[in-house]
Amino acid sequence: MIRAVSTPAIEPVSLILQHYERDPGELLQILIEVQHALHWVPEEAVALVAAHLGVTRAHVRGVVGFYSFLSDAYLGEYVIYVSDNITDRMQGSEGFAKYLCSRLGVPLGQTRADGRVSVHFTSCTGMCDQGPALLVNTLPVTRVTRERLDKIMELITARTPVADWPAEYFEVSDNFRRSDVLFRRVFEPGEALQAAMRRAGDDTLKSIRFEESVDPASGVSWKRGADETLKELYRSDLRGRGGAGFKAAIKWETCRDIPSPERFVVCNADEGEPGTFKDRVLLSSYADMVFEGMTICGYVVGSSQGILYIRQEYWFLKQALEAVLQRRREAQLLGENILGTGFRFDIRIHWGAGAYICGMETALIESVEGRRGKPRKRWPLPVVAGVERRPTVVNNVETFAAAAMIALKGGAWFAGHGTQHSTGTKLFCVSGDCERPGIYEYPFGVSVREVLRDCGGLDAQAVQVSGPSGTTITRPEFRRVFAYEDLSTVGTVMVFGPKRDMFDMVRCYTHFFKHESCGLCTPCRVGTSLLAGLVDKVAEGKGSPMDLEDIQHISQLMTTTAHCGLGQTAPNHLMDSLVKFRGDWDKRMMVAEFAPAFDLDASLAEARQLTGRDDAAAHL
Amino acid sequence: MADAKKKVTVATCSLAGCFGCHMSLLDIDERLIALLELVEFDRSPINDIKEISPSVDVGLIEGGVCNAENVHVLRQFRASCRVLVAVGECAATGGVPAMRNHYTLKECLQEAYVRGIGVAGAEIPSDPELPLLLDKVQPLHHVVKVDYTLPGCPPSADVFWMFLTDLIAGRDPVLPPSLIRYD
Amino acid sequence: MPDSKKTFQLDDREVPFREGQTIFDAAMAAGIFIPHLCHNPDFEPHSSCRLCTVIVNGRPFASCTQPAVAGQMVQSNTPELRDMRRMLTQMLFVEGNHNCPGCIKSGHCRLQATAYELGIPDNHYQQFFPLREVDASHPGIILDRDRCILCGLCVRISRSVDKKNVFAMTGRGIDTTIVVDSPSGLLVDSTVSVDDQAVLNCPVGALMLKRMAFDVPFGDRTYDQALYSEDSVARFQATEANRHG
Repeated sequence: MIRAVSTPAIEPVSLILQHYERDPGELLQILIEVQHALHWVPEEAVALVAAHLGVTRAHVRGVVGFYSFLSDAYLGEYVIYVSDNITDRMQGSEGFAKYLCSRLGVPLGQTRADGRVSVHFTSCTGMCDQGPALLVNTLPVTRVTRERLDKIMELITARTPVADWPAEYFEVSDNFRRSDVLFRRVFEPGEALQAAMRRAGDDTLKSIRFEESVDPASGVSWKRGADETLKELYRSDLRGRGGAGFKAAIKWETCRDIPSPERFVVCNADEGEPGTFKDRVLLSSYADMVFEGMTICGYVVGSSQGILYIRQEYWFLKQALEAVLQRRREAQLLGENILGTGFRFDIRIHWGAGAYICGMETALIESVEGRRGKPRKRWPLPVVAGVERRPTVVNNVETFAAAAMIALKGGAWFAGHGTQHSTGTKLFCVSGDCERPGIYEYPFGVSVREVLRDCGGLDAQAVQVSGPSGTTITRPEFRRVFAYEDLSTVGTVMVFGPKRDMFDMVRCYTHFFKHESCGLCTPCRVGTSLLAGLVDKVAEGKGSPMDLEDIQHISQLMTTTAHCGLGQTAPNHLMDSLVKFRGDWDKRMMVAEFAPAFDLDASLAEARQLTGRDDAAAHL
Repeated sequence: MADAKKKVTVATCSLAGCFGCHMSLLDIDERLIALLELVEFDRSPINDIKEISPSVDVGLIEGGVCNAENVHVLRQFRASCRVLVAVGECAATGGVPAMRNHYTLKECLQEAYVRGIGVAGAEIPSDPELPLLLDKVQPLHHVVKVDYTLPGCPPSADVFWMFLTDLIAGRDPVLPPSLIRYD
Repeated sequence: MPDSKKTFQLDDREVPFREGQTIFDAAMAAGIFIPHLCHNPDFEPHSSCRLCTVIVNGRPFASCTQPAVAGQMVQSNTPELRDMRRMLTQMLFVEGNHNCPGCIKSGHCRLQATAYELGIPDNHYQQFFPLREVDASHPGIILDRDRCILCGLCVRISRSVDKKNVFAMTGRGIDTTIVVDSPSGLLVDSTVSVDDQAVLNCPVGALMLKRMAFDVPFGDRTYDQALYSEDSVARFQATEANRHG
């Protein structure tokens, strides 16, 4: 089953391996570099990498097979991924993909015979406010037009290296349209960390006891500032910005209080939820604030190791992020002796390789450890046994940024914004049918209508909140507010104008979940495939009431029995659509009680061709 | 169907099957006599009636769908029968004939008619009398709506007996686990 | 022995448990069967097939990994959960190529036995008819991926019991499949052997010893003789008695 390989250039693999310890945790990082160097991971590379790390070839093959951006087939000199979010489709991405394939003379998903180029779809690349978007050899091309595609194809024909392509193709804008208290001012590197360490505080929060804050395992005694900062985090009532909304202070304190010689601070920048791009903007323009939040977390919980887990779609940020980390080390904001206090903490960057599931924290941790990104068993929680089975805080990029500002300005200041149960401000990623897509910072409690007004999308018929795993909101609900007590959100707001067929979104996202299901559990692995098939059937006008019943039953099954949040929330958009946009379904439904899912006449085509027949009996 | 005076009409046929299910139906032995008090067979290989009547109560179909003719017969049964029953593993899942789904039709036909041992004058038959093969063998429920399935290869005589007597008596036939077998 | 003071409610019964025991283990020890396929109580649980899902204080959990807690209310044998288990089992049938009449595991197969016991007459859903590779290269062992339900038992057992790491998963989602650790990817070039627990504990006919097709005649096989639930509970209780006296 392993295909024979002509001897590829294997020297780059040996060179790559020289830069890595013999640590199986480095497997994914090594494979990413191999993929970038060779544009595939040939069997010879699998063998070399397996030998270097002391893992089996099967394990390496398993990792290659899991991540979308790793391939066991050669993808060509130029590898083009067309971003496939519904917002890209609304801007014509499907037509652009077809255009690319026909002009380049290559079927979708295959490599051209001369090895020059391949074209693929990929899940949302996080450029929804400046789409449609491509990734060409890992770099994002934004604001794609037919003219831009023509130029790109000329460059490919001329074999111009991507590095020499016009810079404006790769321009990525922040589109930060509205800032509030967190992102209004310029963040000075170190200011929040200094504030945290100097915080003297008071003893009004009796729940945190100083005498308990010596770590029996490592013997490290926590400085008062760490305790006081944790109190401020409690006062702030900051809840996780990744969507689940768990209280950050509880997570941090739990992590701190579990005896262990080491702990980990992980920043989740996987940002795979289609329509979400705030983490990209934060890491582009507020990286110091994010890293400082992580460092403060390390200080509070007693960790020396921070990991930024970032999706490969944001590879274009690599140099800038590494430069920020280096600057922070030079400024004693990271390293062995931070700000001269003896506190030791550093941050490394760990890249993903195309897997939505890795935004799920236990799958992310598996990926950090170099394995297939499959969620772990429910217990123990990562805060008890996460990276390397050590207590681990996993928080979203925006959570760390907010934590930095809380350390600087205090919990009461933060809690003074937003609503009673949803304190502070939140970043919203607005895309779709509106005049001003981009990033908006609002205090919690802002209504859908206010956001739509500001972005110029008031004529919307619907808003998809929190991506496909979230909620579909229709006009009568626009007065609802974004807050944990009403519309809980990761911040994604995709706007659908009055002329959109909402069934198109359903079709896009059922296939998205089918593509992104990790395959671990039965209901999600099979359910996402069945749902995609049933939705396609309805799309082709072959849907019957029986099919709708199946869609409902499978959705309920997934919600109840799926192993992790991906499978549990994957049918949300479908169930919303069936209730709120039933008309878009009904107009596609057939009248009869049943139709086959496949085309019977087409299934005779091969026989017709083999027998040369085309008489009436040769058709159905 | 609870009306005991009027006999229930039953049609049966075998599509891509081996007639094993029909043999198993006959295996209800002396109960056949009791059954014939209750039912009248319409189209069936048992009585050699070739055409199905326009209105039949129960259709029992053995075998999966492998060619165009199977599709026509299946559609006729669906149109004529109030209750359509998939009988046996081939009807329910495609069964053994569906093992060819691993191969392309070209591979199958070449193996049989071109590369086969002792084949002379090798060619893929194209006589219009022969129904064209579907690219894949399909279970019945992929092609029409199926009301009930009798599992088994074949379903045991007891399965037939229980199913038919329940149905005729107006009960919803639900097989107990002890009668559910796939082999 | 279980601490008689610690119990939880499972359907209409009080079930005792030991500290750290899962709901699944406590139930099985008490003679209450919970359907399961990816779990074999002799090995570490995996919670991937989801058949053992129960409702604990109103929320669903996989009982094979969910710790028992005193006083909790657990529902398992409800019409809703039985329906869901039927759907999950049907899903496992349609995603692979499960041809019981042509499978020599028939009668010993836990997927089949589970379906019998849940009263499943048909597959209901569209069958996928996937193209999966069969590896018959090894003289004593066959790997028929058509029959694989991706329970991962072979992967886990080969790693933790056989200490060989012969098997791994590759692909993702519906394309997930078993890979073999050898240069060719074939069993014959791997370190697998006929006495590997990973091979002997496949719950379905995906990994089987060759030349054992008719070791026991049809009709006399494991689940011809006993229901899966009875057999499974009896085995579990015997193992428990050995371990804990």
